[in-house]
Amino acid sequence: MKSLVLATLLAGAVALPALADYTIIAPANPGGGWDQTARTMQTVMQEEGISPRTQVQNVPGAGGTIGLAQFASQNSGNGEALIVGGYVMVGAILTNNSPVSLQDVTPIARLTGEYEAIVVPAASPIQDMQGLVDAMRADPGAVSWAGGSAGGADHIAVGLIAQEAGVDPTKINYIAYSGGGEALAALLGNQVTAGMSSLGEMEAQIEAGTLRLLAVSSPERIEGVDAPTLIETGLDVELQNWRMVAAPPGLSDEQRAKIDADIEKMVKSDAWQQQLADKGWADTYLAGEEFDAQLAADIASTEEILRQIGLVK
Amino acid sequence: MDAFYFLMDGLATAAQPMLLVYALIGVTLGTAVGVLPGIGPALTVALLLPVTYRLDPTGSLIMFAGIYYGGMYGGSTTSILLNTPGESASIITALEGNKMARKGRGGPALATAAIGSFVAGLIATLALAFLAPWIVKVALIFGPREYFALMVLAFVTVSAAFGDSTLRGLVSLFLGLALACIGIDQLSGQARLSFGVPEMLDGIEVTTLAVAMFAIGEAMAVAGRVGTEDDSVIAVKGSVWMSREDWKRSWKPWLRGTATGFPIGAMPAGGAEIGTFLSYATEKKLTKHPEEFGHGAIEGVAGPEAANNASAAGTLVPLLTLGLPTTATAAIMLAGFQQFGLQPGPLLFATNPTLVWGLIASLLIANAMLLVLNLPLIGLWVKLLTIPKPWLYAGILLFATLGTIGANPSSVELGMLLAFGVLGYVMRLYGYPIAPIVIGLILGPMAEQQLRRALSISQGDWTTLIQSPVAAGLLAVAALALIIPMILRARGKGAVLSQMAADED
Repeated sequence: MKSLVLATLLAGAVALPALADYTIIAPANPGGGWDQTARTMQTVMQEEGISPRTQVQNVPGAGGTIGLAQFASQNSGNGEALIVGGYVMVGAILTNNSPVSLQDVTPIARLTGEYEAIVVPAASPIQDMQGLVDAMRADPGAVSWAGGSAGGADHIAVGLIAQEAGVDPTKINYIAYSGGGEALAALLGNQVTAGMSSLGEMEAQIEAGTLRLLAVSSPERIEGVDAPTLIETGLDVELQNWRMVAAPPGLSDEQRAKIDADIEKMVKSDAWQQQLADKGWADTYLAGEEFDAQLAADIASTEEILRQIGLVK
Repeated sequence: MDAFYFLMDGLATAAQPMLLVYALIGVTLGTAVGVLPGIGPALTVALLLPVTYRLDPTGSLIMFAGIYYGGMYGGSTTSILLNTPGESASIITALEGNKMARKGRGGPALATAAIGSFVAGLIATLALAFLAPWIVKVALIFGPREYFALMVLAFVTVSAAFGDSTLRGLVSLFLGLALACIGIDQLSGQARLSFGVPEMLDGIEVTTLAVAMFAIGEAMAVAGRVGTEDDSVIAVKGSVWMSREDWKRSWKPWLRGTATGFPIGAMPAGGAEIGTFLSYATEKKLTKHPEEFGHGAIEGVAGPEAANNASAAGTLVPLLTLGLPTTATAAIMLAGFQQFGLQPGPLLFATNPTLVWGLIASLLIANAMLLVLNLPLIGLWVKLLTIPKPWLYAGILLFATLGTIGANPSSVELGMLLAFGVLGYVMRLYGYPIAPIVIGLILGPMAEQQLRRALSISQGDWTTLIQSPVAAGLLAVAALALIIPMILRARGKGAVLSQMAADED
């Protein structure tokens, strides 16, 4: 009986056209950036007929490392499983001593990215990046930074700024909040000196004039954003909080080529571009060897700064 | 009176037949997920988000609002009838509500929860409409030290949930605090007490512990009691509806619960649970029937239920005025806004009044719809208690397990659910209250993080905790709440000693 069912399934699989039914793992709770990325992929893949029955599954926990570990161990050689991840995962893998790393999956492409914004409350006496750097140099502990989880992109960005400004990164006073919302509330309530978060989360407040934008972490100035890059202010820091999609380990060349082609088709579709525009995400699509190289560089620099901050021994 | 004009306009928008249908779908779904243990409103809204791409913004947001309010309401039904809270904000409701249900007063308990939720939802939504810009200013005053003071106050008042024995209550509370230490420490990013198990890195999920303690523990306790006289549950005694006496004892707790829940919900790190703890403690202090507390006092249902619905409206204050999502559901609603190219924030009321007022109006409609949907259902719900126990509790076990697996598909999570279920059973067997352990798990990390943030900002200066007038005021209230009963007790020493002897039994 079992073999009959199996045979029917196999026959069905062979008879099907070359359409995949992807299951996308969002290694976070519903509502966050990774979950939204996965669900946007689901919508676009279904609309574009790339994968008519796409499913999204949330496996939350520990900066995505729990989802990643489960994904890598359960899906080896499965050409229809994908996982969403991002820069935060790089830091989480290191700080959590995760047994599974990004080397254990097959990174496919970087999809979107957001740049970090350095802000102070409108009432703050600090007017520009120079003022903030001076304050840090005078007494690093007196400058409290509100941002996302410890060891995440925000924390790393603060560490990099301290390092560039010649301040001991172990001395920075970083106050971790559970999400951008709470960190923003701390800034609006004037409880911290400065804040670090993705530009998108701060934009409405900057426009309304309740926060002052000092700098952004992009390589060049962002259109429509009235602030210098960190590089312009003399701090050689460039950081993109990117999100990516990865496939399981142990794929055959055909499977890999199929996923590469499907993701490329999705990214190039009008529906995807429309979704990115609606959500205010930048299209930072990067695939193949270029992405592998960038990933390796990010992992190396992140490990170094986390070691300096003292989060990784 | 611009706001009033906009609200009327919004009501006209939301009263379109199609939008009413969305609101109805929303509240029905919301009530359903609220009833199921483990599946929260956040997951439901997330699942529905892609479906709504084809709807217009107003329609889908109205549906989300319905789910949100419905979920807050639905949680109380299972708390009261089956002693299994659907989500953490209705844990307190189970304390008195289930005692009432066991005495055949399930009908009035459900009614006071439903009407209290309606009253609180109505007042809080109107407050959201007219006072949001001011409320949010007050909420932003709350920084780490003020939150810490609020947590201290919550800790002091939590003893109201201890039941008959303070010693056992404290044991249970500290068990919860110990469990709260498990997982990655948010401020330093380092793992604590996770013993190399990756699933424990994120700590113990509150819903897992609550569902295990209440649902699994209860099912085992019921199975263990079969055949003994303790097992008797009276399905209905007297009227299913609230008596004049019930109304008289409910209306003040409704209003007080609203007044507690709404501002705390509006605070970015407040949450729905704290309001229910404080409301329960207040009602226990103010009641004219203190002897009934712990044995089915209607005030203990009315107050906390009003508080958790008011806090749901409170959550929308920072979301609409600042673009700050303070709960998982609000975060997904924010994603919903963004999907339609709207950026909630300081400018939303100005740039998109039709949508904002349409949403507020539909919250009012959803609120009324919930009452209409739920009051007639009470008679039906109460019949649940007449289902033969083996079937009923088998069903509860199934839904509890499904809900946990659905929210977090992992075998370790399931193992934790079962282990805590056994713990819940053992605690019941020896008369330890189970609410404090869950409260400890909720309050512990909040208090710890806020204290450490406050000290980090002040660079280790402890006096910062009393330098803010709000924090100092809250700490003073907490101190009074702790000291005054001690003085009262010291005056009647004999009574205290006999009480202590009774506690030790």
